[in-house]
Amino acid sequence: MTHRFIPNTDADRAAMLQTIGVASAKDLFADVPQDALYPKIKLPSALSELDLMRELQTMSARNANVNERACFLGAGAYNHFIPATIPHLVFRSEFYTAYTPYQAEISQGTLQTIFEYQSMICALTGMDAANASHYDGATAAAEAAILAINQLPGRNKILVCPTLHPEYRATIRTYLAGHDIEIVGDEDTSATFEQMVDKHLDDRTACVIVANPDFLGRVRDLKPYADRVHAAGALFVVSAYPISLGLYQAPGNYGADVVVGEGQSLGNPIAFGGPYLGIFATKEKFLRRMAGRLVGQATDTKGRRGFTLTLQAREQHIRREKATSNICTNQALCALAACVYLSTLGKSGLRQVAELCYHKAHYAANKINRLVGYRVNMKQEFFNEFVVECPRPVAEINAALRERGIIGGYDLSKDYPHLGNAMLVAVTEMNTREQIDAFAKALGEEIRRRKKG
Amino acid sequence: MTIVANKPEPIIYELSSPGRQGAALPSCDVPIARLPDHLMRDELKLPEVSEVDVVRHFTRLSQKNYCVDLGIYPLGSCTMKYNPKINEEAVKLSGFTAVHPYQSADEIQGALQLMYELQEMLGEICGLPGVTLQPAAGAQGELAGILIIHAYHKARKDTKRKKVIVPDSAHGTNPATSSMSGYQVVQVKSDARGNVDLDELRKLADDETVGLMLTNPNTLGLFEENIRAVCQIIHDAGGLVYGDGANLNAIVGVARPGDLGIDILHSNLHKTFSVPHGGGGPGAGAVMVRQDLARFLPGPIVAKRGKRYEFAMPRKSIGRVKSFYGNFLALVRAYVYIRSFGKEHLHEIAEDAVINANYLLARLKGVYAAPFGNRVCKHEFVLTGTPFAEKYGVHTLDIAKRIQDYGFYPPTIYFPLTVPECIMIEPTETESKKSLDEFADALLKIAEEARTNPQLLHDAPTTAPVTRLDDVKAARAPVLCYKG
Repeated sequence: MTHRFIPNTDADRAAMLQTIGVASAKDLFADVPQDALYPKIKLPSALSELDLMRELQTMSARNANVNERACFLGAGAYNHFIPATIPHLVFRSEFYTAYTPYQAEISQGTLQTIFEYQSMICALTGMDAANASHYDGATAAAEAAILAINQLPGRNKILVCPTLHPEYRATIRTYLAGHDIEIVGDEDTSATFEQMVDKHLDDRTACVIVANPDFLGRVRDLKPYADRVHAAGALFVVSAYPISLGLYQAPGNYGADVVVGEGQSLGNPIAFGGPYLGIFATKEKFLRRMAGRLVGQATDTKGRRGFTLTLQAREQHIRREKATSNICTNQALCALAACVYLSTLGKSGLRQVAELCYHKAHYAANKINRLVGYRVNMKQEFFNEFVVECPRPVAEINAALRERGIIGGYDLSKDYPHLGNAMLVAVTEMNTREQIDAFAKALGEEIRRRKKG
Repeated sequence: MTIVANKPEPIIYELSSPGRQGAALPSCDVPIARLPDHLMRDELKLPEVSEVDVVRHFTRLSQKNYCVDLGIYPLGSCTMKYNPKINEEAVKLSGFTAVHPYQSADEIQGALQLMYELQEMLGEICGLPGVTLQPAAGAQGELAGILIIHAYHKARKDTKRKKVIVPDSAHGTNPATSSMSGYQVVQVKSDARGNVDLDELRKLADDETVGLMLTNPNTLGLFEENIRAVCQIIHDAGGLVYGDGANLNAIVGVARPGDLGIDILHSNLHKTFSVPHGGGGPGAGAVMVRQDLARFLPGPIVAKRGKRYEFAMPRKSIGRVKSFYGNFLALVRAYVYIRSFGKEHLHEIAEDAVINANYLLARLKGVYAAPFGNRVCKHEFVLTGTPFAEKYGVHTLDIAKRIQDYGFYPPTIYFPLTVPECIMIEPTETESKKSLDEFADALLKIAEEARTNPQLLHDAPTTAPVTRLDDVKAARAPVLCYKG
C-alpha cells in the first residue's frame, strides 16, 4: 500500500520508471554518495489519522488555554475576540493552499486581499504604503532600522527606546550584528524616553524607535519628540498596537516616518507565539527602501482593474545581494485574517473593541489600585495594559493565581528590575467584569492568606 | 474558473455603506472611564459592511485564486505539495490556538513536548542534531545560519573572514542574506554538468572565506555530484558549509545533509513538511546544525529535564531572530506530517518526488530543450524556451500564460538566472501519473501552438479573471492603497 498522501501506485511507478529508462527509484539517486543512501533514521512509526489525532488531542489538553481561564497576560500577544468570519474565510483552501501570487492573472484573490489589507493598514497608521511581508512586530522593527540606515548613509547609530518590547530590542540587535551600527538606549532599562533622547540624539542618529503604547502600557503624545527627531535629521519609527489605533491618533499624524507593529491582535490567534504578522508602513518617500512584497493596482489588456506584485526591483529575487532585505515571505494568510477582521469590525467595530479594552483595563486598574499592598499609577495615560506594583514576587503571585484558574500578568522583574515586584496586566474585551473582579479578589486574598500563613 | 470568478469584484471599500457593521460586540459591563480627548483620533477610514458582505466578498475573491487543492502547482523550488487536511484540524485544537506564549512552563507542557519532539525528529532526518525552530521562514533561517557562522569564527578569534561564496544558480535570498549579515558575496560558477566548478571554488576558497551557501539539489534540480569534495574545499579553507534546505524534498528520508558534509541547514517547513504556503506565508524555517555549533543557535529552544520540558537559551546564542519561539502553528503541522509518514514511509516522499520529476522531464525533453536533460534530475528540472523564442518569437512568459488557459498553474519562470528563458518545474510527490500526463499533454500542445498559432500564446491567458496586466505602468505610478 502506498502512503495516503501519495497517489502513485506501484504500477504507476513501474510505468514511469520505464518511461524514464531506469530500473528502480534507487537508480535516480546514483549521483548521491552511495554510502549515505538510505540511512537508518530514528523516528517513531507512522500513525493513522485517527491515532495521530488522539495523540494531538492529548498534547493539546496538556496546555492550559485562555478559552477556559481568565487571562491577564499580554506583553505583545493579546487575546482578542475573533469573529467567525475569519476562520471561515482563512481556512478556505483557495487562500491557504495558494502561493505568492507570481502569476497575477490566477492569483487575483490573494492580490486583491493584500491590496485591501495595505489600504486598511495605511488608514490605521496614517501612512502612504504598507506591505504584508513581515513575520512579526519584532522583525518589522528591525527592518525599519535597516530602512533608516539605508536611507541615511553615513549615519551609523540607532536609538532604541528601552520600553520597546524586550524581544523586539533583542531582535534588532541580532539583525544588526553584522553591521557597523551602534545601538544605543535599549539596554538602559531604567531610563525614560525623554532622558534617552536628551542623551543620545545627534547628527549620527539614523532613527529613533519608540513604542506607543510602550511595553509598559503607557500612551503618550509623541509629537514633540517627532519634531526633535526630525530636527536632528533622523527618522522617527513608531511601534504601535493596532487595536489601540481604533481609539488613538494615527502615528502618521504625529510625525512617524515608519510605523511598525504586531498585527496578531487583528484576527490572528495567540497560538503560543506564532505565526503572527509584522505591520510595516511608511511615508511615500521611503517606498523604494521598503522590504518585502508590495501589491499595486494595474490594468489588464481589456482595460479592467486588476492587481499585481509591483516595485519588485527592490527585492532579493531580482537585486540579490543589493536587495533591501532577504525577505521572500508574504505573510499573506495572517494579513488575510487581519483584512477580514478589519472588514468585519469596520470603522465602528474597531473603535468599540478599543473602547471595551480601555474601559475594562481602567476598571481593573482602579480596582487593583485600591487593594492593600498593590499600586497602579492612575495618573499615567494607558490603553489596556498597566503596571501593578505588587507586595511579593510576581512569580509567587502568579503561581497562586494559577491554582484558581487565572493566568496572571507578565512578570517584569527580569526585563525591568528597577521596577521591583511589578506585574504587567493586560485586559481586553475578552475579560468579563466577573473575571476582573475575581482576579482582583484573588490578588487581595493572596496577601491576606500570606499574612495569616 | 467559474463564471462568478471572472466578474470583477469591487474593492471592499466600494461595498461600504455608512451604518453597516459585520460584528456585534458585547455591551460594556464596567463603568465607563474618561477618554483622553487630546490623544483621540478623529477619523478612521475602514469599510462599513455587514457580515454577509464580508463573507461573499472574500469568497468571491477566493474563487479568483488557483490553488493546490484545485490541481498541480508546479512552481520550481517552491514545493507546492498537497497539504494534508489533518494538519488544518490539528491547528484548530484550543490547546494550540488559545495558548499565550508567556504562560508558565507548567501550563504548556503539551506545546513544549511537541516542539521538543519536532526538534529531535528534524535533527534526525537531517543528520544535524542541534535544532532551533525559531526562524519564521527560510530566509530567516538563512540569516540565522550566517550569523551562526559569524559567531563560530568570532569564537575562534578568526576575524578577517569577509566573503561568502554563493553559486550562480543560488536562490536570491542567499546573496541577499549574506550582504544583510555584513558580508561580501562572491559568486562561483557552475560547470557544464550543472555542478559547482571545483577549480574555481578552489581558487576562491581561502582564509578570508566565511563559508559557502549551497543549495543541494541545486536550483537546476541537480544533485551536486561532488558534494563531499565541495564541502572539503570549504572546510580545508576554514569555512563552514551552509546548506539551503529549500530543496530538501528531493532527498528527505533517502540521504541526510549532515552525512554529506553540510554543517548548517535550514528547512522550509512549508515546503518539505507540508505546511501550507498561505498565499506566500506564514512559513517556518527550522535550522539544524552540527553538535558543536548548537551553542550558537538562536533561541529559546526546548530542553528536556527528566520528564519536564522547558525553554533554554543556547549558551553562546546569536540571540533571538524574532519574538517568541517560532511559528508554532506551522510547527504543529510539520510535526503532524512527519508523524503521519513515520520511519516506514518518509523516504517515499523523496522517491516519488524524484520519480515524478524525471517522468515529466522524460515526457517533455524531446519537445522542450532541457539543458541538463542528459542527467537524472531530482525533485525538479529546468527547460529553456530559447528555441521557441528564436524560431517563433514566443517567450517563456507566453508559454506560462498559455498554461493558465489549460487550467494549470505555470511553473517558475526566468529562474535560475543562469538559464535563459528558463522554465523550472517541480511536480512534487503528491501528483499522480494521470495528473502529470495531463500537464505534460498541455505543455506539448502549447509547444505545437507556438509553432502553428503563436498569437494564442501572445494573447494568453484569456480564461483567467483578468488578462495580462500592465506591470510597467503599475510600477511607474504605483497605486498601493485604495484612494476612494
